[in-house]
Amino acid sequence: MSDDTAAVIVKSPKGFTDHKVGHHFQTADQEFSSAYIGTWLFLAQEVLFFSALFVAYAMFRNLYPEVFAYGSSVLDWKLGAVNTLVLLFSSFTMAMGIRSVQTNKMKAAFIFLSFTFICGLIFMTVKYFEYAHKIAEGTLPYDFFNSEISLETFSNVAGIENLPLFYGLYFVFTGIHGIHVLIGMGLIMWMIVKVRRKTLFAGYYTPVEMIGLYWHLVDVVWIFLFPLLYLV
Amino acid sequence: MKIQESLALAEEEVNYLSPGKHQGIWVFLKTWALTVDHKRIGIMYFIAVIISFFVGGSFALLIRLELLSPAQILYTAAQYNAVFSAHGIIMIFLFIVPSIPATIGNFVLPLHIGAKDVAFPRLNLASLYLYLIGGGIASVAMILGRVDTGWTFYLPYAITSETAVLFVGVGLFIAGFSSILTGLNFMVTIHKLRAPGMTWMKMPLMVWALYSTSIIQVLATPVIAITLLLLLAEKLLGVGIFSADLGGDPVLFEHFFWFYSHPVVYVMILPAMGIMSELITTFSQRNIFGYKFVAFSSLAIALISFLVWGHHLFVSGQSAYVNILFSFLTFLVGIPSAVKLFNWTATLYKGSIRWRSPFLWAFAFMVFFAIGGLTGIILGLLPLDIHLHDTYYIVAHFHYTMVGGTVVAFIGGIHFWWPKMFGKLYSEFMAHIAFWIFFVGFNLSFLPQFVAGSKGMPRRYYTYLEEFTIYHQLSTFGSWLIALSIIMMFSYFVASLMNGEKAPMNPWGGKTLEWTAVKSPPDEHNFERVPVITHGPYNYESEEENLAKQNRQKNRGAS
Ligand SMILES: [Cu+2]
Repeated sequence: MSDDTAAVIVKSPKGFTDHKVGHHFQTADQEFSSAYIGTWLFLAQEVLFFSALFVAYAMFRNLYPEVFAYGSSVLDWKLGAVNTLVLLFSSFTMAMGIRSVQTNKMKAAFIFLSFTFICGLIFMTVKYFEYAHKIAEGTLPYDFFNSEISLETFSNVAGIENLPLFYGLYFVFTGIHGIHVLIGMGLIMWMIVKVRRKTLFAGYYTPVEMIGLYWHLVDVVWIFLFPLLYLV
Repeated sequence: MKIQESLALAEEEVNYLSPGKHQGIWVFLKTWALTVDHKRIGIMYFIAVIISFFVGGSFALLIRLELLSPAQILYTAAQYNAVFSAHGIIMIFLFIVPSIPATIGNFVLPLHIGAKDVAFPRLNLASLYLYLIGGGIASVAMILGRVDTGWTFYLPYAITSETAVLFVGVGLFIAGFSSILTGLNFMVTIHKLRAPGMTWMKMPLMVWALYSTSIIQVLATPVIAITLLLLLAEKLLGVGIFSADLGGDPVLFEHFFWFYSHPVVYVMILPAMGIMSELITTFSQRNIFGYKFVAFSSLAIALISFLVWGHHLFVSGQSAYVNILFSFLTFLVGIPSAVKLFNWTATLYKGSIRWRSPFLWAFAFMVFFAIGGLTGIILGLLPLDIHLHDTYYIVAHFHYTMVGGTVVAFIGGIHFWWPKMFGKLYSEFMAHIAFWIFFVGFNLSFLPQFVAGSKGMPRRYYTYLEEFTIYHQLSTFGSWLIALSIIMMFSYFVASLMNGEKAPMNPWGGKTLEWTAVKSPPDEHNFERVPVITHGPYNYESEEENLAKQNRQKNRGAS
């Protein structure tokens, strides 16, 4: 009615779709920096979300150091290392993908984002084999623990009866992280579609940049998880 | 067509409530269900939250009814446990936490800072749906599944209890994200969407309060989310970290739980304090005394709130040194809270106070919050806390802060912004009567509980020793008065909607933007043009007075 500010439009190069800035923003920059602050706040929230798990880990590692040492020696650190490299590489391709969008190189953006997605897929596949292996061995949390390794044979390891607690933490920790990876893969897929449809371009790349930040966080969490669970 | 439209326009003013009004029920529902307008979302939250309040309140009345005599009146001990659990869980998670920020906050925040909407309108709508879905699951599970763990879900009982703890956990987990995302949205809104000239020091104090609240929502709520998730994992898989028999530690759960649940009491009280600052300034027609102190005390409260959770574990066997530390930090919260109370009193001093209905609630807040706050200091004292722990003294204390503070401010805020929300006035006469009934009923309900508690009446029991009868009976009579006053409010607000007098733009003589630059009820886009802010939010003193003040200061500087 008496709306004196018409919607702001970010003009795109030929062949792309223009971006219409949200009606409640005055400028495209205001919209971008809002998304930016919002994403960082969301990441802060994620850090607090994971923090309780890290606290629980620290506490029980302190209580049962031998159990944790034994537990992590049973995990396959090679698979964990492969996954670490895969995720690190995916963070690189993600960053390159964003860079390509910012410079209007849509083909490169498509390739880099697809690589990122495939890295996520590899990560989850490796995780699947790790989980399947543990389920077959029965090295699971208490309610399902039926390992052939009789706990008595480890009477030299203090507090070994608490071994399932280690697996409980392992599954909860990696499970929650895995869900984050899956969500990230979904978001990257959405970005790939957007790149194909040419709705992202040098003047408007907000969603892909924000999803990049999220993906890096998921990566960083794993970089802490890997040594804590597999190596220590 | 054009002519018809303009005729319709002439008959009825267009505002944010109009779209979909005369186009049949389905279009009407659709325009509401898919809206991204912060005002409509606020109204929908308001309806949902009021429903929660009525459900939770009914459980409160049922509790008080059972306690009318030491004999068993209505339920067995186990049923009683389910009733007080339902009361606590609904009131805390589904009513008080979203009450002010999600309803009044959503409606008022963009108006206060001169914005068209919150930063992420669609996320705002998503938050509403998360709340409705999570709250729905939790309520249904609680009522059908008779959850009887209390609102704290302490282990090991939460694991061994055969009630529907699992589904309540899922529901609250989902609802928690509504709270996180609302806080995130508000923080970004305040950072990025302030109108030109609206500097941080020119924001209404309600905005500072909402900002501080949002910090807590964003940083504390994820901890309860993961804690609930771990509780579910404990129940489903036997992870063991919270179960002593599996090598875990139930006290760890208590730490996690209170790391959220203490800060969250400030999610409840901070926005209430924000409303207070608006009410006090408007109804005394004075600038706030010590703007910066009131603003920064909100931030200080938010910060300290993260450091005091251990005062809930004084008798859990945690180290005596940790107890002393937490006791000290708990006292610290008293400072910024008292700063606010003193500044409000100083604002009122020599003001021309008008005892309109919203101000009555502000008055009640000051009385109740002083009592609730001071008894909180007593509870922070280690030796006294050990005596008072888990007694009715605690129950009385947190009802004085949560009901006497948050709910009272919420009701005051509704009375204050009602004309802006719906463009209608309500009966001031009825409002006064309802207020005084509430005031008497509330004190009657909870003052005796301080006495009973300090004499040793434990909380959460369906029965009690003969000697406590009188306190419980007074309390129950009080609860009926509260119920009566709430029913009165409900009826005069409904009457106001049906045929209330049309509200002017600024019925209270407020100075913040929603009164000076926005119609009642507002347009869809709030402001006709982007407002430009040149002065603080509460410049009630006239120009002449300001000039005189400046001159005086100049003279003082010269001499
Ligand atoms: Cu507390």
